[in-house]
Amino acid sequence: MAAIPGGADHSHDHAHDHPSGFMRWVTTTNHKDIGSMYLWFSFAMFIVGGIMALVIRAELFQPGLQVVDPDRFNQMTTLHGLIMVFGAIMPAFVGFANWMIPLMIGASDMAFARMNNWSFWLLPPAAILLTSSLLVPGGAAASGWTLYPPLTVQMGIGMDMAIFAVHILGISSIMGSINIVTTILNMRAPGMTLMKMPLFCWTWLITAYLVIAVMPVLAGAVTMILTDRHFGTSFFNAAGGGDPVLYQHIFWFFGHPEVYIIAIPAFGVVSQVIPAFSRKPLFGYASMVYATSSIAILSFIVWAHHMYTVGMPVAGQLYFMFATMLIAIPTGVKVFNWVATMWRGSLSFETPMLFSIGFLFLFTLGGFSGLVLSMTAVDVQLHDSYYVVAHFHYVMVAGALFSAYAGAYYWLPKWTGHMYDEKLGKLHFWLSLIFFNMTFFVQHFLGLAGMPRRIPDYSLQFAEFNKISSIGAFGFGLSQLVFLVVVLKCLKGGEKASAKPWDGAEGLEWTVPSPAPHHTFEVPPVVK
Amino acid sequence: MTEPRSGAEEATGRNRSTLIRLVVSAFLMFGFGYALVPFYEKLCQVLDVNNLNKQDNALPLNTQVDRSRSVTVEFDANLHRLPWNFKPVTGSLVVHPGEIVTVEYEVSNNREDAVTGQAIPSYTPSAAMQYFQKLDCFCFKQQTLAAGETRRMPIAFLVSPSLPKDINTITLSYTFFEVPGANAASVQTEKAGG
Repeated sequence: MAAIPGGADHSHDHAHDHPSGFMRWVTTTNHKDIGSMYLWFSFAMFIVGGIMALVIRAELFQPGLQVVDPDRFNQMTTLHGLIMVFGAIMPAFVGFANWMIPLMIGASDMAFARMNNWSFWLLPPAAILLTSSLLVPGGAAASGWTLYPPLTVQMGIGMDMAIFAVHILGISSIMGSINIVTTILNMRAPGMTLMKMPLFCWTWLITAYLVIAVMPVLAGAVTMILTDRHFGTSFFNAAGGGDPVLYQHIFWFFGHPEVYIIAIPAFGVVSQVIPAFSRKPLFGYASMVYATSSIAILSFIVWAHHMYTVGMPVAGQLYFMFATMLIAIPTGVKVFNWVATMWRGSLSFETPMLFSIGFLFLFTLGGFSGLVLSMTAVDVQLHDSYYVVAHFHYVMVAGALFSAYAGAYYWLPKWTGHMYDEKLGKLHFWLSLIFFNMTFFVQHFLGLAGMPRRIPDYSLQFAEFNKISSIGAFGFGLSQLVFLVVVLKCLKGGEKASAKPWDGAEGLEWTVPSPAPHHTFEVPPVVK
Repeated sequence: MTEPRSGAEEATGRNRSTLIRLVVSAFLMFGFGYALVPFYEKLCQVLDVNNLNKQDNALPLNTQVDRSRSVTVEFDANLHRLPWNFKPVTGSLVVHPGEIVTVEYEVSNNREDAVTGQAIPSYTPSAAMQYFQKLDCFCFKQQTLAAGETRRMPIAFLVSPSLPKDINTITLSYTFFEVPGANAASVQTEKAGG
């Protein structure tokens, strides 16, 4: 990590002494340092969660039990989900926010620099709690990432560790979001009105509000599980007057907005990258802002589409079905705006653009399978099947992860001062694209044929597609190492990047030199 | 440096008030999560859904007994953090679908004071639930037992003749739990749980 840019640049550090070495990273309050740490942390967690996914796929390579016993298998699916959602994707976008939002709005740093440091350093203990729970008696939580009771009320100490990890991760993301909202609302450069902000800032402003609104609800839900387990309450135990379905309602009241907490910053990144490589301003900027806000608001009123099969009254099912379908409208506005941005643009296909187009295509595909699942009658058939697994990996991996890669390649020159290796970047994209579809497209067929999710063994008729999917998963996992090579190469050296390496890019972040100096915009720029 | 400093102080003040507002919102949303619990219970009550202790529609129109078929009904009793003794008088019995049967459970309170409990039924296989019609049950209301009291409590039920052919055994399991705050004075309050 010592090679991260900005560290060597002491010409701007005249005001105070900096500790060096390890303590520099522990004590730093600099938004760029913290952003880099967030990004490295999320990549490390992505590898950990990815290895768990590969254990799952290795077990599912052929029918029968070969690699892990069913208990371990369930722990793998649970931790893979928790780590990818809370440890990899969310911190990755918080990392982007930390690095880029002050640069984009012309602020010198985040509003609460010390809290920023704290919100990062809460993450490693949470990650240690989660991963080390694999070693305790009874193993890690094995209930699926949704932590449904009654299973969660019965499990061993690994469950308590998962609950505390969720608490810590929640506090971290709430603090990060408070910081982002305050920075965006109060620290913009003169002339930078809200409607002049780059769309990435808008998407993060909306996301941060979502986090502040729903992460405490999740914290409440897991606290109820904790008190049910140890302190004699019966929120979710039917035999104590509680109701396990209540947990699902509370969880998905958090869970559905959480889906957009992951997706909306991804929309923001893509909304920066596509105009830059189309050499046109973003089509329909205002409608993008309104569409994103509508998605965020709608996300609060559709939660029960995750639980059509709990025995809801038909009126409830109809309401949640129509409300869910409604979300396709603002999402459609966004997709069409991106396409319209490219329309008659002067397109070029560098790696960030490739990942953005990959995002656009595959995220839309995932959106369509989501529409299929939104129909109650269809969902009753497909609920908890591999069709659902395929659907949410299309929106989480091809959506959020591809967008994160687009952002990483787009801003790497700004972060490191060097151009990345374009050949390797393109190789990374094409390998990811091919292996991603190989892994997950066939899972649609598995789900339609009736293979349930979260099972370590399956009937013989599912063998072929599972084999294809497992090969794809290993290919996808290995392809991600290409990205690591690209980043390390880019940190070490390479072609010097100018302040604005992309000729079509717009925004204040391209007015500072590359690599961005340790301190930027100490005197706020004036935006016309 | 005087000019920017005062500007910075102003910004710090604004940041602080934004911080306070957002932290308060986060705490309110934590409370909102807990507020969903009574809200959900109330909603279930108003809409009359998800009520495990409801009496099934009085007597069915057709009480034709299907003597060609026999179903084993097993009875089970559990206690959830309650120092009572609770057991079925009849462990299991064979019934014909459509036949009205009454069985009893015996419950005794070993505590030194009166305790109010509520029983929650559970069925195995769960698909049998909708075919198991309870006409009378001690689970329809809370039960208050005086100190040391022992009581026999009935269930009158019938298994619907439309029970799927593949179900030959139904296990009915009751779990008693203490109703917190309820005492001997309030024998028949509203049902606990949703």
